[in-house]
Amino acid sequence: MSMEDQKPILEVNELNTTFHRNGRALPAVRDVSFSVARGEVLGLVGESGSGKSVTLRSIIGLARRYGDVTGQVRWKGSDLVAMPDRVLRHKQGREIAMIFQEPMTSLNPLLTVGLQLEESLRAHTDLQRKARHDRAVEMLDLVGIPSAAQRLKDYPHQFSGGMRQRVMIAIALAANPKLLLADEPTTALDVTIQAQILDLILRLAQDMDMGVVLVTHDLGVVAQTCDNLAVMYAGRIVEQGPVRDVLRAPGHPYTVGLMRSVPENLPPRTPLSSVPGVPPSLDALPTGCVFAPRCSSCIEPCLQDRPALTLITDRRQVACFNPVTNAKGNVA
Amino acid sequence: MTAVMQIRDLHLRFPTGRSLADFVTGRPGREVKALNGVDLDLKRGETLGVVGESGCGKSTLARCIVRLHTPSEGSIEFEGQDIFGKASRDDRSYYRRVQMMFQDPYSSLNPRMTTGQILTEALKVHNMRPEADIPARVAELLDLVRLPQDAQGKLPHEFSGGQRQRIAIARALAVEPEVLIADELVSALDVSVQAQVVNLLLELQQELGLTILFVAHDLRLVRHVSNRVAVIYLGRIVEIGDSETLFSAPSHPYSQALLSAAPSLNPDNRGAVTRLEGELPSPLNMPKGCPFHIRCRHANDVCRKDVPALQPFEGRGEVACHHVKEINAYA
Repeated sequence: MSMEDQKPILEVNELNTTFHRNGRALPAVRDVSFSVARGEVLGLVGESGSGKSVTLRSIIGLARRYGDVTGQVRWKGSDLVAMPDRVLRHKQGREIAMIFQEPMTSLNPLLTVGLQLEESLRAHTDLQRKARHDRAVEMLDLVGIPSAAQRLKDYPHQFSGGMRQRVMIAIALAANPKLLLADEPTTALDVTIQAQILDLILRLAQDMDMGVVLVTHDLGVVAQTCDNLAVMYAGRIVEQGPVRDVLRAPGHPYTVGLMRSVPENLPPRTPLSSVPGVPPSLDALPTGCVFAPRCSSCIEPCLQDRPALTLITDRRQVACFNPVTNAKGNVA
Repeated sequence: MTAVMQIRDLHLRFPTGRSLADFVTGRPGREVKALNGVDLDLKRGETLGVVGESGCGKSTLARCIVRLHTPSEGSIEFEGQDIFGKASRDDRSYYRRVQMMFQDPYSSLNPRMTTGQILTEALKVHNMRPEADIPARVAELLDLVRLPQDAQGKLPHEFSGGQRQRIAIARALAVEPEVLIADELVSALDVSVQAQVVNLLLELQQELGLTILFVAHDLRLVRHVSNRVAVIYLGRIVEIGDSETLFSAPSHPYSQALLSAAPSLNPDNRGAVTRLEGELPSPLNMPKGCPFHIRCRHANDVCRKDVPALQPFEGRGEVACHHVKEINAYA
């Protein structure tokens, strides 16, 4: 499933998002750049607070209400960051759709699922009433909900967690978007259901020729679903490249640490290698490299300067002065 | 290894309220069957992992063991004594010897008590030390879980999730327990921090000779820390055995599907999985026969009628499946 020849549909350049609290600036996202092609699945990985969700929200314009967003988000020849709300409104949900982590709380408990699906269709398409109903049935069917026509009359509480996430996906994809932003879509679900939902997202991305940005904290999910991967730490991308290349030979010490923290292919009951310390607070970032205080390969320049993302092989970028060479994660 | 704890035929049913329709039609109230005949031995010094999907009863089991729930049927014996019997009812020492640690580090610590107070309280309640020796013991406990001494004067909100779980571990260890029940102890933590806490737990177990019941939904983690593993489905153990054997060659079709659903870090393993169709049935509406037959590829009429018993299978542990021989014949 190689997509190198395709032109990107989304290009994010030097995205910065800053929130303000008690007169202090909190740099939630810094200098984030990446692109997504049609049919490509990009994984954004990081721990809590690394800025991966804020990056998604900045792309679709949900972050601008609460903070300053600068940089460029190129979408179909225009820049979403500079776009006025009223114009952006027509892109949100129609061309670019988003699904959230909590299938329990992102549906309105007082309205039937059918009404919520048709609401999305009314907002984003020109379909007439009858056609909207047919499309709603078709969508529920597409995401694998049995007896779709009857279930349209059901309320969210009558669905299980996995089924609710399917409904959310149906609502998001009802208007045939070209880009799907998925914010930890399977974190609240059991592994067996997670596998079903990830399969579904992958299949739909291919069928609908849609780009996907998948935010997750689980490297296993990325390994199993994504084409490319960007690792975030304290608001910055510290490494990115094709999934296979990065997981085979991670270059940034943080990526290495993250991979080794996952107990896979290790002798049982041996100590796991862990990254010492905790991620820094956004209002007290270290001066040099943001990862330096926790880094085992930290050298002199790391304490003074921030390393920029630089190409180490033709498609791999790493932001590190002293990248790890021939490191293995747990993957042989 | 001898069994510290013996759980026999444990059932727990929660009655649900009767709806208006139930009253009108005269239907009796319904029951959520959380546990349906669990048999389990916890051996001294081992780590027993308990895995299963949400709603399968793994936390309920943990809560029964620490007497937070009283089972509807069956028994739990701790060193030969029934923990729900009359003799044990007034015996506080059980609460000391078996300690539980909870999933959510944000709600399991009193937000108004400092770490020092939290640990002191545990020591006082169980009369662990004479008053004068308590401060020294608190200091020792903080060392044990690798927290700095100035943590004593701080409130829970001043700590990160990982540090809070260390406090929870220190509190559990304060009363010198023999058995630790860890209910999703590290699930709320980021992976890099998760590893720190897991390492600590393994070290402490070695040092103090603890017996641990490790309840978690993260299969890789359970495999890593456990000596033995029990797989639970709808309130029943469907497979139990040595951790490495069970994970490298699961015998029950549910264990097979569950293990293959865990996403591997190796991108080349894509697609090499048995996908499980459907979802966990509601425990209000238990299927007849084998609880797994609805989602099982191998199910036939026998499975729809009779509940399979947990039986030894070819030295691999115990499995509750009518067709375990055929299923594993070519594996």
